[in-house]
Amino acid sequence: MSKKDTKEPSRRDFIFLATGAFAAAGAASVAWPIVDQMNPDATALALSKIEVDVSQIERGQSITVKWRGKPVFIRRRTDEEIQMASRVDVNSLPDGNARNNNLTADSSATDENRALDDDKEWLVMVGVCTHLGCVPKGQSLGDAKGDYGGWYCPCHGSHYDTAGRIRKGPAAKNLDIPVAEFVNDNVIRIG
Amino acid sequence: MSKESTYIPRNGFAKWFDQRLPLPRMLHDNISAFPTPRNLNYWYTFGGILTFCLVTQILTGIVLAMHYTADAGLAFASVEHIMRNVNYGWLIRYIHAVGASMFFLAVYVHMFRGLYYGSYKAPREILWILGVIIYLLMVITAFMGYVLPWGQMSFWGATVITNLFSVIPVVGTTITEWLWGGFAVDNATLKRFFSLHYLMPFMIFGVVILHIWALHVTGNNNPVGISVKDKQDTVPFAPYYTVKDALSLVCFLILFVWFIFFNPNILGHTDNYIMADPLVTPAHIVPEWYLLPFYAILRAIPSKLGGVLVMGAAIAVLFIVPWLDTSKVRSATFRPLYKQFYWIFLVNCVALGYLGSQNPEGLFLVASRICTAYYFIHFLIVMPVLGLVEKPRPIPESITKAVLEKLEIKNSKEEAKA
Repeated sequence: MSKKDTKEPSRRDFIFLATGAFAAAGAASVAWPIVDQMNPDATALALSKIEVDVSQIERGQSITVKWRGKPVFIRRRTDEEIQMASRVDVNSLPDGNARNNNLTADSSATDENRALDDDKEWLVMVGVCTHLGCVPKGQSLGDAKGDYGGWYCPCHGSHYDTAGRIRKGPAAKNLDIPVAEFVNDNVIRIG
Repeated sequence: MSKESTYIPRNGFAKWFDQRLPLPRMLHDNISAFPTPRNLNYWYTFGGILTFCLVTQILTGIVLAMHYTADAGLAFASVEHIMRNVNYGWLIRYIHAVGASMFFLAVYVHMFRGLYYGSYKAPREILWILGVIIYLLMVITAFMGYVLPWGQMSFWGATVITNLFSVIPVVGTTITEWLWGGFAVDNATLKRFFSLHYLMPFMIFGVVILHIWALHVTGNNNPVGISVKDKQDTVPFAPYYTVKDALSLVCFLILFVWFIFFNPNILGHTDNYIMADPLVTPAHIVPEWYLLPFYAILRAIPSKLGGVLVMGAAIAVLFIVPWLDTSKVRSATFRPLYKQFYWIFLVNCVALGYLGSQNPEGLFLVASRICTAYYFIHFLIVMPVLGLVEKPRPIPESITKAVLEKLEIKNSKEEAKA
């Protein structure tokens, strides 16, 4: 047996591996732009802030506005609705997280943590069912509001309460609350 | 089965060509002269019908793309433009829309035929798996095509289905937004769906070629499910099966044409003639009829992740059917128990389709849970267990003998009558 049969890597092995690695890195650097072009583009990202005049909304009324291509529910709740939402034991909820982007990620789903203002009158939520993305019913007066008096998704039967929390049905999370604040007494800025 | 070529070039040019590119030889050996079992019945003509459907969809689709505009603001109007202004646009669009339904009708007949006669069993496992891949590609293509008219069902169907990906832990939302190209289904989504809807039929075409290649390696299965033993068991594909396929295709076309001219919209949904509105969900979102069984399965499970996983499993289980069926006998004709369970399974699938079209409440929800459970019981329990406990009926010695026996019985009956 000659010395050439040893398992020591040869110069040829090195060239083979180096070429392969170079080609793989090259392929990946070309693949990324082709993958990334599908992500939200600059025009989609630009629509990330809106201001809404809410001075015309009476208690018990809702409006729906479009933000980032999605409906946002703005509801001025009645005392009865606030009471219904406040009475619930947070530990009994399917989703105990507030899902409120204005608060820390681990905030609990109390009514205080869901409402926008200190009086808990205003509720601002993304009106997209957390199951498969339908728009729940409950914004108009004649709508079905579900078993908990809030919103009801007709697609697969998810029931949300008067604070937009999931109570029954296939959805796993409470309705998402976007970054929002009162700029002055009449205007809410979303985003 | 002899694999030797029987092609004889007819003239000098054919000989010259054959030595450079043996394409005519390949077509002769694989189409005209291909040895095919002599006992194939009409259920075996659906492969040809499916090829016809694929070509029809590609041709009408190419024409529609000449007039259609893939833009959220213009798409809905451009479909109406095709219907009202383009010469014969209404006809071409109805052929394409009805054609999708007919394509699925044919593929379901083809798949259930395979399940009845055990066409997935050794040595045809790869053939079957390629078929399941084609079916999966068809589902994705049909889904994206349904989005293009940009009606209410288009938009909300797209929203519900793309949201299925959001159940993936951690990266779910990132993937969904990547699919959308935004924060909701919008113009970017429509444009990429159009691009992919145009691409995928050609991918299907490629897999169909592999499917036919695999078929021609093992040869056709047949209603008695026993392998071809000698030349007596087969006839050349042309003219015997070209004629049989053609007759079957004509009958199929009668139904196809009836839908196109007399009831082109019955298989669709009226809500899709309302332009997409991202702020209003239709009261009742349903997919096209051919996806209803899977929709019923999705909604039967009371958890989001669970529903998506079980629905995926409903298709995934088809891939392993060749190994779930433990019986050595292919055809259900000789399997008295499997035959009964086969029909129960078929009824169960139809029931799931019906339940998919109903609201998931009360009795409907209970029924869809039972049917979903039975769907999996059939594949995961009935199929493996039957192979072990069932006593098959005696199997004929050869295809030819089976055919002649049948003929004798028929003749003696006629004599008795006379």
